[in-house]
Amino acid sequence: MLTHLPILQVILPLVAAPSCMILQRSRLSWLFTVLVSLAAFVVSALLLQQVMAEGVIRYSLGGWDAPWGIEYRIDALNAWVLFIVTAVSTAVIAAARTSIEAELGASRQTVFYTLYLLCFAGLLGIVATGDVFNVFVFLEISSLSTYALIAMGRDRRALWSAFQYLVLGTIGATFILIGIGFLYMMTGTLNMLDLAERLPAVESSTAVLAAFAFILVGICLKLALFPLHLWLPNAYSNAPSIVTAFLAATATKVALYLLVRFTVTVFGIDFSLSALPLQSLFILLGLAGVFVGSAVAIYQSNIKRMLAYSSVAQIGYMIIGIGISTVVGLQATLLHLFNHALMKAALFLALAGVAYRIGGCSLEQIRGLGRSMPWTMGAIAIGGASLVGMPLTAGFISKWYLIAASIDSGFWPLALLIVAGSLLSAVYVWRLVEAGYLREPQSGQLAAEPGEAPLGLLIPTWILVLANLYFGVETSLPVSVTEMAATYLLGGAP
Amino acid sequence: MLLSALYNYWVVILLMMTGLYMVIAQGNLIKKVIGLNIFQTSVFIFYISVGKVAGGSAPILSQLTTVYSNPLPHVLILTAIVVGIATTALALALILRIRQAYGSVEEQDILAGDGQC
Repeated sequence: MLTHLPILQVILPLVAAPSCMILQRSRLSWLFTVLVSLAAFVVSALLLQQVMAEGVIRYSLGGWDAPWGIEYRIDALNAWVLFIVTAVSTAVIAAARTSIEAELGASRQTVFYTLYLLCFAGLLGIVATGDVFNVFVFLEISSLSTYALIAMGRDRRALWSAFQYLVLGTIGATFILIGIGFLYMMTGTLNMLDLAERLPAVESSTAVLAAFAFILVGICLKLALFPLHLWLPNAYSNAPSIVTAFLAATATKVALYLLVRFTVTVFGIDFSLSALPLQSLFILLGLAGVFVGSAVAIYQSNIKRMLAYSSVAQIGYMIIGIGISTVVGLQATLLHLFNHALMKAALFLALAGVAYRIGGCSLEQIRGLGRSMPWTMGAIAIGGASLVGMPLTAGFISKWYLIAASIDSGFWPLALLIVAGSLLSAVYVWRLVEAGYLREPQSGQLAAEPGEAPLGLLIPTWILVLANLYFGVETSLPVSVTEMAATYLLGGAP
Repeated sequence: MLLSALYNYWVVILLMMTGLYMVIAQGNLIKKVIGLNIFQTSVFIFYISVGKVAGGSAPILSQLTTVYSNPLPHVLILTAIVVGIATTALALALILRIRQAYGSVEEQDILAGDGQC
């Protein structure tokens, strides 16, 4: 059983998805999805423990050894991202029932949970596999289900956002496919490790360079790296609240994992940095993302949209970490991956509670919410503090590492710019807090004050909020795992 | 010489650019999807061309031949074709719903309908 953990991680939700369709009752399918997600979480925790104790796990699918068969290869990085995705997914789906009942209506719930499981399986597959073509297949599994999930939003704009995302996402995925084709043409293998071994021999060829460029642009489209982020705000703000929480916390993280995996492992960090001016490219685009994303977020009145733009900014921070390309820089990226998943999931789940009670989430509508929904508003305030990077929250730790990394490598101005970016995020978080606590409720609102969000939603939200606080103080788990992953990736001892 | 030897790759580039241009330039959603399809098809042809081995026969084991063309890219692209069909189906289904919600499949009308124009 333990030796089959890597495949169990992917096959469990993949098989569960069609099985979920058979359960016609929506409550039952919700419970089933929660259990599957929980099981996946247990598997990923075991995997993480095993990797930390014994090093890299290799698993040959169907007993066919690589390079003939597909190999699943779990090192500290995979295990870490798997752990993040399953943990957040479990919290989000546990909170989903009431919100989904309210936003989707009775008839579409089973379909929703089926799509959710498919998307979940796709994301886990991307992370677990060690075969580049497999990556493409799982990428499309998760993307196609994501488009359908987004289209389930209440507003008709959800349809249009889903279509826009479909077009851009398909172009991105096809770019990755072209890149993989070039790689196969030059090396005759699809296994990531084999590719890493054979690429240095042919790395001066234009085909390899073209492969690198295609894959890079494709992943960055999926990642919503500035300036390829245009699909993200629409998709996030119009999707059902639960879908937004799930996507914001997992989908971009998985795309970021792919970026690290391709630039550092497959192509090798030396090639990646010399083939293109990647270091300055990443740092500049990351900074542009931080400032443009934060500045646009300040002017949004729809909170979901505000946080979506803030996601663009946070992705910028992670990209800067890769751009610095030292062990500490990469570690900062991986830490922020985890912390950002925690804070965005907490924030979007709290917003799901607001949307459930009030029916929308614009700045106007949350006025005075600190009094009528103290727990929900508290979650938003603490999540926001973590987003800004206040001390004692998780967000502080990753910003700290990022700043330390930039000072270590002699990028002094960069450290200052990162702090300036945090100040911008403080502005929009302050707008939230101000509206929630200091403004009077809108006149002419419903006579009855909205009550607190349902407990089923509130408890997972607060678990995530407390995780934000806990990992802001007790950092041994994320720091040790990310340090191991970063040193291993950059060629140190595992 | 170069043109004739790499004939299929030139076709790939031509189709790829045509498809991409259609996706970007066309305002009609159906035409966008057709563009997307052409774009994907060019990648299919690219993979199939990669599998060609000069003088190779069909990859069926027999006593008569020793050189076979590479079947792996064909298998890979079979998967990609399935993905392409799923994408097209989903896109068309979305367009159907968009038509019901907005009464149009033109990008301009949709943006105007949402007041974003």
